[in-house]
Amino acid sequence: MDFPILSIMLAIPFAAAIACLFLSGPAARMVALGATLFDLALGILLWLTFDIGGAQWQFTERASLFAGFQYALGIDGIALLLIMLSVFLMPICILASWDSITKRVGEYMAAFLLMEVLMIGVFAAQDLFLFYIFFEAGLIPMYLIIGVWGGDNRIYASYKFFLYTLLGSVLMLIAMLWMANAAGTTDIPTLMQYDFAAGAQTWLWLAFFASFAVKMPMWPVHTWLPDAHVQAPTAGSVILAGVLLKLGGYGFIRFSLPMFPDASAQLAWLVFALSMVAVIYTSLVALVQADMKKLIAYSSVAHMAIVTVGLFAFNAQGLEGAMMVMLGHGLVSGALFLCVGVIYDRLHTREIARYGGLSINMPRYALFFLLFTMASIGLPGTSNFVGEFLALAGIYRVSTFVTLVCTTGIILGAAYMLYLYRRVAFGEQKNADAARMPDLNLREWAMLGPIAAATLWMGIYPESFLAPMRSDIAMLEARLAPVSPHYDSELAVGTPRERAANYVVAEEHGSEGAH
Amino acid sequence: MGYANSLYLTSAEIGLSITGLVLLLVTAWTGRGAARIITIAAAAALFGALVFTAFMMDDTMRGLAGYAFGDLFRVDAFSSLSKILIYIATIACLVLTPHYFDRRGEYRGEYPVLMLFSAVGMGMMVSATNLMTLYIGLEMSSLASYVLASFARSDSRSSEAGLKYFVLGGLASGIILYGISLVYGFSGTTSYDGIRLAFDTQFNTGAVFGVVFVLAGVAFKVAAVPFHMWTPDVYEGAPTPVTTFFASAPKVAAVAMLVRLAFEPFGGQSGSWQQIVIFAALASIVVGALGAIGQQNLKRLLAYSSINNVGFILIGLAAATPQGASAVLVYLAIYVFMTLGSFAALLILRDPEGDKLTSFADIAGLATRSPALAWCLLALMFSLAGIPPLFGFWGKFVVFQAAVQADMLALAAIGIAASVIGAFYYIKFVKVMFFDEPGEVRSFSAPVGHWAVLALSVLVVSPLGYLLTPWLGRMADAAGLTLFAIP
Repeated sequence: MDFPILSIMLAIPFAAAIACLFLSGPAARMVALGATLFDLALGILLWLTFDIGGAQWQFTERASLFAGFQYALGIDGIALLLIMLSVFLMPICILASWDSITKRVGEYMAAFLLMEVLMIGVFAAQDLFLFYIFFEAGLIPMYLIIGVWGGDNRIYASYKFFLYTLLGSVLMLIAMLWMANAAGTTDIPTLMQYDFAAGAQTWLWLAFFASFAVKMPMWPVHTWLPDAHVQAPTAGSVILAGVLLKLGGYGFIRFSLPMFPDASAQLAWLVFALSMVAVIYTSLVALVQADMKKLIAYSSVAHMAIVTVGLFAFNAQGLEGAMMVMLGHGLVSGALFLCVGVIYDRLHTREIARYGGLSINMPRYALFFLLFTMASIGLPGTSNFVGEFLALAGIYRVSTFVTLVCTTGIILGAAYMLYLYRRVAFGEQKNADAARMPDLNLREWAMLGPIAAATLWMGIYPESFLAPMRSDIAMLEARLAPVSPHYDSELAVGTPRERAANYVVAEEHGSEGAH
Repeated sequence: MGYANSLYLTSAEIGLSITGLVLLLVTAWTGRGAARIITIAAAAALFGALVFTAFMMDDTMRGLAGYAFGDLFRVDAFSSLSKILIYIATIACLVLTPHYFDRRGEYRGEYPVLMLFSAVGMGMMVSATNLMTLYIGLEMSSLASYVLASFARSDSRSSEAGLKYFVLGGLASGIILYGISLVYGFSGTTSYDGIRLAFDTQFNTGAVFGVVFVLAGVAFKVAAVPFHMWTPDVYEGAPTPVTTFFASAPKVAAVAMLVRLAFEPFGGQSGSWQQIVIFAALASIVVGALGAIGQQNLKRLLAYSSINNVGFILIGLAAATPQGASAVLVYLAIYVFMTLGSFAALLILRDPEGDKLTSFADIAGLATRSPALAWCLLALMFSLAGIPPLFGFWGKFVVFQAAVQADMLALAAIGIAASVIGAFYYIKFVKVMFFDEPGEVRSFSAPVGHWAVLALSVLVVSPLGYLLTPWLGRMADAAGLTLFAIP
């Protein structure tokens, strides 16, 4: 590939971020929107030119840097889809902050554009330490976004976010140093085929797990998420839920599973146990929330638990399902945060009880909100249905019990989402100020419309999204095949009957009627 | 070889000494008025020494290391790189100083002269290959430092800091001297090579005591836990430019001296000092991080931060490999710029009346009052916390890489996990500057020199600093290898 499209996708928001630092508010908004839209266009070009079924790693770029570091970029189908998710959500985030951010606009836009650079970088990095730099650097802009433009309790939330994630990832750095030392390379595709000693794998897996479990987040290290989500500005929540949480899942797919298959199999029980607790516990917690953003934040933890369960099913359905849940959740929870943001901008409260009967004065808004609520529940025809169904089908082959618990979580998910929707959109208009709120304006249409379209597209024709990653998932499944666990719901092949059940036994002595 | 060669190899020190003496005479006869010119002359002399050492570095990289005056003094890649850092830091401190004292009318020509003598002493410390040279170099730099600490004569805190530093520094020198006498007693020589040979043949309990005493004394000089108690008080009390100096150049010299001691004379006995260094490293990281959390005074906070950083440096030493020595130098280089930048920012933080602003309350909301300064401090703080892509990450990276390559996984894991505690107060800086509401509006006026030092430091710690890595890495690797090339 001669045209370094990935580098250009990194360079454009970066240049725009630097420009935004020196621009006034309105100009910074325009520059940020332009840069993110341009990146979206490049992303679409990336998808269109991605050769499905071609080489595993495409658009590779490689340049040796200092001290053995490599500037190595390249994507497979999995990374492609996650990059698409990032570049798709980014212009929407800029639109979502168009009016609501009024102070220090230039710095805000710069922080978001920097986030975009780092997210694309994480998914495209093919060098271990390049990945780490992109992965870790995201802390700085996110810390500022939460801390400067967040809600009342933003300082506590920003500290918690920063220190939690930092503690998780520094241990991963030590593991990476050990791997680079033992394998003699920092090339991710090579390491994905490298067999580490089984004893070392456990420790390496745990070190990576510390990082990804916090990012994911898995119970019991999820507690930073509700705080960060609630206090972050709307667009910050969208990026957190939409893309940053996916870094954990991406880490499992890219590192934990292919690099340490033995340890993954050995410790799958741990992942299952934590995920089962998360699904039930966080769903119940979500049921009793009075704050809309907090409710959606807890629902994110529950959805991410389905992802981890699907990943550790070690079969194609589970892995594909996990990816689809990640993509679907990225869209849907992002959209739900935007929905909260729309009414927050009008009434400046996230308290559920302050709203009610919005479907009367904001019918269009209520329609969008309903669509995303249904998508979050996993109604067939929406994106999440495909993912959750596949993930659960995958895990059903491994453990009936885990499936039972996770499915219960989905039922609880329906409960808290419908309960939320009923309180916000239906019922009587208790609050006069809420009843006076105007319906969606053009900018909000432009935010929610594309996400709604993508959600339906993913639900109705998921093949577009499954096709690019099919061969990568198959490769990963093959890598995991030697260690894949005993299936308790495997199709049992019995001894075939000699004759079909409806075979009529012919009488030896002819029919009785012949007598 | 003879005298000519010895004089050539030591010409940086000789040149600085002569300049110092001449300037001392000048200042004695001209009085206060010439202070600024003397400062410029001293900085120029240091710059000359820097250029000379840089050329020497080029020679030593090609293996032209050499002893001067028998086995007393050695010029190799290690000493040259350390001296380059020392001279850079000293020049920067000279740039930062006059403005601070001018306001109080206390600036005098002795100040740059003392800095020059201190630089000579530090040069001797890093080049010493004999315990005698080491001690003379150490005392030369320390004595100058004691005077510098109490240079603000009208300020009782400054005098207190000087006295405290003098008493405790004297104690540490005594401990080192006692250790030297034990080492000499059990090895029969003060030459590094001789000690190594003697210890390789026989290393008994008495010798262990000698090694431990010497290392304990040096640990005091580098402010490693458990010999760190003087640091916060001295750093807080001393005038800020002097604190800048203490945190940068003498730290480089003491660490380099420690590294040379550990790898050359005691290099065969790494098993006996590794545990001490590991303990000191982890304890410094933890104490440096925990101690800083409650601090409201920025100078005290940076003192704890320097203790914390020494811990990371010692992790490289604990690895006891050429990579480890190289990592120590890389970390030191980055640390010097981070320290200079942070203190330069502190020195810029003064209100128009000249009162120092040194507490967290004073920098609240700095991002709206002085965005350039706030963004510079943000870069420096995230760099100190070791967050990529800032250059501070690279320092931590090489240190921990050395530890992992030496198979010291537990040390690396505990050390890096403890670094998260330190991140807490570095991000507190950012929180106060960016998240808090600004207090009363102040404008800052600082001379161009301050901004230049700050801008240069920020440029180095910014991601652009990675452009230095091929060059810095090559020099540090060469320097690390020379320590292990001893027969």
